[in-house]
Amino acid sequence: MNEQTLQEQPMIEIRGLVKQFGSFHALEGIDLTIAKGTVFGFVGPNGAGKSTTMAILATLMAPSSGYAKVDGYDVSVNPHEVRKRIGYMPDFFGVYDQFKTTEYLHFYGASYGIPKAEREVLIPQLLELVNLSDKKDAYVDTLSRGMKQRLCLARCLVHDPELLILDEPASGLDPRARIEMREILKELKAMGKTIIISSHILPELAEMVDEIGVIEHGSMVAVGNVADIQNRLRVKRFLHVRLLGREEEAESFLRDQPYVNRLLRDDKGWQIHFGGHDEEQAMLLESLMAAGFRVVSFSEAQTNLEDVFLEITRGGGGAE
Amino acid sequence: MRRNETRGRLGRFDLINPVLDKEIKLRMRSPRTMWTLFFYLLAIGFLAFVAIYLTQELSGRNGAAFNPEQSKMLFYFLTMAQLGLVAFMAPGLTAGVISGEREKQTLNLLLTTQQSSATIIISKLLSSLSFMVLIVLSTIPIYSMVFLYGGISPKQLVLVFLFYLFIMLTLGSIGIFFSTLLKRTMLSVISTYGVTLFIFAGTAMLYFVMLSITTNYYYSQPAGSGSTYNWVGHIIAMNPVAALMSILEPSLSDQVFMVHRNAGPVRGEAPMPLWLEFMLAYTIISAIALWIAVRKLRPVSRRRR
Ligand SMILES: Nc1ncnc2c1ncn2[C@@H]1O[C@H](COP(=O)(O)OP(=O)(O)OP(=O)(O)O)[C@@H](O)[C@H]1O
Ligand SMILES: [Mg+2]
Repeated sequence: MNEQTLQEQPMIEIRGLVKQFGSFHALEGIDLTIAKGTVFGFVGPNGAGKSTTMAILATLMAPSSGYAKVDGYDVSVNPHEVRKRIGYMPDFFGVYDQFKTTEYLHFYGASYGIPKAEREVLIPQLLELVNLSDKKDAYVDTLSRGMKQRLCLARCLVHDPELLILDEPASGLDPRARIEMREILKELKAMGKTIIISSHILPELAEMVDEIGVIEHGSMVAVGNVADIQNRLRVKRFLHVRLLGREEEAESFLRDQPYVNRLLRDDKGWQIHFGGHDEEQAMLLESLMAAGFRVVSFSEAQTNLEDVFLEITRGGGGAE
Repeated sequence: MRRNETRGRLGRFDLINPVLDKEIKLRMRSPRTMWTLFFYLLAIGFLAFVAIYLTQELSGRNGAAFNPEQSKMLFYFLTMAQLGLVAFMAPGLTAGVISGEREKQTLNLLLTTQQSSATIIISKLLSSLSFMVLIVLSTIPIYSMVFLYGGISPKQLVLVFLFYLFIMLTLGSIGIFFSTLLKRTMLSVISTYGVTLFIFAGTAMLYFVMLSITTNYYYSQPAGSGSTYNWVGHIIAMNPVAALMSILEPSLSDQVFMVHRNAGPVRGEAPMPLWLEFMLAYTIISAIALWIAVRKLRPVSRRRR
């Protein structure tokens, strides 16, 4: 019984979280619960309040009101207990240039109270995990941006935290490095860590993210698993249409059709954010043909998180 | 072989706290450290040679050696020159220790570790202090030139060096205070030098202004009445130069509390030596500065909801 309640304790519990900077409300009452072992994708446009929320969870900022708990510990009441349980990677961070990679990790390890003997075993493993073993004796300032990013991730892991708070861990990385980062995150997920990650590479993360939360202007707009969120939005699917000729005419025709929420022109044709299902989709094709347009292709595009994200953030709210 | 290795490890990682260890390592690896030491020694060496040369000139080179009186003057000069250099160095070395990490964006990472705010602040202070001590100790050979001629006791030298340590601690605490409270290192450095300037020049100016005001007042009083000591002495007790002088010349303490009447000066009794009053006052100020810095380093945690 007792064990059961312990298991059900959420890793993150945020209630009515408000953060003000002067008269500006960066967060206006956020509620969020994240269960243990969940990988949570945190999305929202620039300035929405992602980094602010994460900094509060990392005990670096005091909430103006409301509370945030990590594993049952309030970040404002028991910051010390919270720090034991989290590995935080800020969106921007610096390194101590005069340190070598291993010294850098030794310093943070020691700062978390890990004995030297343990660190000697642990640090090579961490470097292995983030693929930096060959750089173990390099000075930190000689590392590339992507390597520093991976080093910082290794740093988050020295004290084996249960919760990882990763603020755009892949920003500024090239596609290859992003894929590497994703592989590392998958490994961490397999280790059973709870991960909250804000990122602009969510499409790449889609397969490993269990839930996403969308934040805008300091409020949670939608929370749930990816499919749920998609359902709650007006966008049911994305269609791609290519027609031959009569472009101006076609554009206004398409715009006037039911369930067409948004029309985006690209060099090949139109992308349609479509609010209907199969039946309505078939009707759209029929009316195009009936109006005498010559349809080259009419297909359902692969929906992905990025589209969802764009729909939500450009659509000024989006959720019904 | 193995045992040696273990002992080295213990000494390097487990006995010293990690923040202090890191601070000292990084400081010693920075090229700036070497240049600071170099220019400091250059400055004090230059001042010493100028002083020796001038004393030689003034005494007309009629003797093979200084007399003890000259040697004492030289020592005082060096002591005050070094005080000036310490006052110049301490803010520069401490006013950036927190704000610098904030600007380099390493502070947040440090603050999410298990190290307490007090450990971080005190370690930063200790590491700056240890470097300053190293610098000041490295000037001892220059003092030995003065020693050759006699006139100064080793005890005085030790006291002077302890006083330097105290000044470094005080200015260092103030530097760390501003470094924690102000976001930018530039502002912190300016504020710390501003306060340092006030402690050195402001208190002296205030003293002389108040002295002239109170002296006028006491002159109008009949002899044998009113207070027996002039309270403005407490102002100059806040001045490091006066405090250091009172170590070298103990009679100074009584002099500054003296009341001047037209019947002639009335013998004033210093409530305590200037340097003691100085140390008491600045110990409190430093403690408060450090306490605030510790409190403000991280967001304040609430007790219970
Ligand atoms: N220290 C601060 N002082 C004043 N305003 C701040 C501060 N930090 C953040 N803000 C404001 O709070 C809002 C939320 O910022 P935050 O950094 O959380 O956004 P974000 O969602 O992380 O955006 P991005 O995608 O650009 O990283 C912004 O409008 C920002 O200007
Ligand atoms: Mg951000």
